[in-house]
Amino acid sequence: MLDDFLNQFLPSTVGGLVFGSIYALVALGYTMVYGVLRLINFAHSEIFMIGTFTSLVVITAIAPTAPFTGLAMVGVLLLIIVLSAAVSGGAAVLLELVAYRPLRRKGATRLTALISAIGASLFLQELFALVIIPWLTGKPGRNQQSSLRIVDRDTVFTIGNAQVRTDHIIVIVAAVIMMIALDRVVNRTKIGRGIRATAQDPEAAVLMGVSIDNIVRITFLLGGTMAGVAGALYLMEFENTVFNVGFVLGIKAFTAAVLGGIGNLRGALLGGVVLGLIENWGAIFLGSEWKDVIAFTVLVVVLMFRPTGILGESLQKARA
Amino acid sequence: MSGARLGRVLVLAAASSLVLAACAGGGGGSASGGDVTSVKIGFMGDLTGESSAIVIPPRNGAKMAFDEYNAKNPKVKIEMLPYDSQGKPDQATSLITKAVGQDKIVGLIGPAFSGESKAIGGVLEENKIPSISPSATNPGLASNGWTYWHRVVANDNDQGPGIAEFLITAKSPKKAFVISDDQEYSVGLAEAVTKTFKDKGVTVENDKFSKDASDYSSTVTKVAAANPDVIVYGGYYAQAGRLLKQLRDGGVKATFASGDGSLDAQLVTGAGTQAAEGAVLACPCNIPSGDVTGTLKTFADNYKKSASADPAIYATEGYDAATAFIKAVEAGNTTSEKINEYLKTVNFEGVSKPIKFKSNGEPENNSIFVYQVKDGVLKLLGPSAEAKLEG
Repeated sequence: MLDDFLNQFLPSTVGGLVFGSIYALVALGYTMVYGVLRLINFAHSEIFMIGTFTSLVVITAIAPTAPFTGLAMVGVLLLIIVLSAAVSGGAAVLLELVAYRPLRRKGATRLTALISAIGASLFLQELFALVIIPWLTGKPGRNQQSSLRIVDRDTVFTIGNAQVRTDHIIVIVAAVIMMIALDRVVNRTKIGRGIRATAQDPEAAVLMGVSIDNIVRITFLLGGTMAGVAGALYLMEFENTVFNVGFVLGIKAFTAAVLGGIGNLRGALLGGVVLGLIENWGAIFLGSEWKDVIAFTVLVVVLMFRPTGILGESLQKARA
Repeated sequence: MSGARLGRVLVLAAASSLVLAACAGGGGGSASGGDVTSVKIGFMGDLTGESSAIVIPPRNGAKMAFDEYNAKNPKVKIEMLPYDSQGKPDQATSLITKAVGQDKIVGLIGPAFSGESKAIGGVLEENKIPSISPSATNPGLASNGWTYWHRVVANDNDQGPGIAEFLITAKSPKKAFVISDDQEYSVGLAEAVTKTFKDKGVTVENDKFSKDASDYSSTVTKVAAANPDVIVYGGYYAQAGRLLKQLRDGGVKATFASGDGSLDAQLVTGAGTQAAEGAVLACPCNIPSGDVTGTLKTFADNYKKSASADPAIYATEGYDAATAFIKAVEAGNTTSEKINEYLKTVNFEGVSKPIKFKSNGEPENNSIFVYQVKDGVLKLLGPSAEAKLEG
C-alpha cells in the first residue's frame, strides 16, 4: 500500500493538476454568475461543450498531418483558444439574453431561473446532438468525435517518476494565465468594480450609475470565455468530445466552486485544483472508480466545518 | 450481444427501414396445394430501432442463404418473413403470436437479443416452433430446459476465458492488468478475464473507472506502476478508445486487449491510428475482414453483392442459422416438429464455425474469434484456438 502510494504519488499529482486546472477554469463561470445573480447556471457545462466543438472544428479545418512544434504550435494553440473563447463567450451572452434576462425583467424568483437553466442545458445538448454536430462533422450527433493531434506528448522533464509532458505544461500555464487575467479584470478595472458592486448590493449599484444589464452581460461573457478556454485545452489534451461532455465535468466544476467558496474567484481556482488532486490521490488507495465518492466526501466534510467553502469570503464581501 | 451497443446505430436505422419496406413487399402469393411447395421461416429482431445495426447484418446473411437456396429451384421453397421486434420483449411477444397463429411459420431465426429471446422462448416451446438465434449471448438462455431453442454463437461466459486463454498462449504474460468501467457488461467481462488469469497463475492487478469519466490519468498511473505484460479492458469502444490513447500517451506499451463491446472501427478513431495499432479484440462473432480466404472470402464476396455492404457483425451467424433450416428442409422436413428433430442431428461446416447443437441448444463449437488492429483496420485473425498475433 505504502509502496503503491510512493510509486504513484507524483504521476497522480501531475494528472490531478492538469485536470484540476480545467475544473478551475469552468468553475470560474459558475462562481461569477452565482456571485452576481445568485443563480446556478446549469447551462454553463454546455458553454464548455461549445468550446470543445469550436476547437474540434478549427483543428479539423487545419487538418494537421503531424503535431506542430515551436512557433507553429503556439500559433495554432492561440488560434483554438481565442476562437473557442470567443464562441463560448458569445454563446454565454446569448444564453443570458434568451434564458435569463426575460425572467429577470419580470422579476421571476430564483427558482424559476434555475428551472430555466436546467431547460437551457438540456436544450443545448439536444440541439447539438440532433442538429449542430451532424451538420459540423457529418457523423451521428451522439457519437464521440475525435480530433487530430496538434501537440506532441514529449516529456519535457521528470520529477521523480512523474513525466511532465508538453501538453501538461500547456494546460496548466494557459489556465494560470487566464485566471490571473480574470483576477486583474475583476479587481483592478472599472468593469470589475461594477461587477463587485452589483454582487454586493444591486440596488445601491444602480443608484451609483451601474447598468445591471451590462454588468450581467459582461459577467456571462467572462465566464463563457473561461469555459471556452477550458474547452480548447480539454480538446487539445483528450482529443475527443461528445454532446454531453460537459455534464459530469460541469457537476465537478460546480463542486469545485462550492468547495473553494462559491462567489469567490480565487476559491474556484483553489477548489478546482484541490478537487483534481484529491480525486487522483484517493484513486491510488481505493481505485479509480472511487474518484467521485472521494470528491464528494471531501466536499461534505469541508462544508461541515466551513459552510462557506475553503476560502469562504465571496465577491459580495470583497473589498471594493 | 449483451444489450447496450446502442449509440452508433441511429443512421443505419433510417436506411434499414427502407430496406425492410422493400423486402416486405416481395414474396407472398405462394398458394399451397396438396403437396407442400413452400415453408415459411421467420426472422425476428430489431430491424428499424436503435440497435438495428447489429441485427440488419444477420438478417441480410439469412436472406442471402434463402435466396441462394430458392435459386436452385428446390422442391420446397423457403420464404423468409421479417418480424421487427425493435429488440423489445413486449413487441416480440405480440409478433410471435401472429407468426405462429396467422403466418404459420415452421421455424424462427432469432430473436436477435437475449431479452426478447427470454420473453418468447416459452411460446415457441409450447407451439413447437424451433428457433436459432444468431446473436443472443446471455448464458442463462440455455438453462430454461427449452428443446426448441438453439443458437449459433458462443455465450458471454465463453468470452472472458477465451480472451484470457488466448493472451496466455500468445504472450505468456507474468502479470496482467485488468480494467473496466462500471457497467454490467464491462464488470462481468473483466471479472471473467481476471478469474481465468488467476487460475492459470498470472498475477493480476485491477482498476475500474466510471463510464462518464474522461480523465484516466490515475488509471494510467496505476498501469505504468504495475508494468504489466498485457492489459485487458472490459467495456465499450468509446471508453476503450480514450483509455488506449491515454495509456499510450502515458508511455505504456503492453499489449491491449478487449472484448466484443470494443470491436468497432470507432475504437481506432477514438484512440488514434497510432495508439490503436496492434490492439487485440475478441468476439463470439466471426466477421470476415478484407483479407480473408476460402469459404469466408466467398461469403464476403457474395454478401457484398447481395446486401451492397461489407459483412458486419453476426452476418455469418445469420447465414449459418438459415443454412441449418435449409438443411432440415432439404432433408424432406416441412413441419416444425420434424425440423426440430432434424436440428438435433444437424452437423455441417458453417461459414462462421462448424455447426452442431448440444441437447440444450448451445452450439457444440463455442469459438471466440480474435481480431487485431493493423494499419488502423480491424483484421480477423481467426478462432482463438488457432489465431496468431502479428507483431
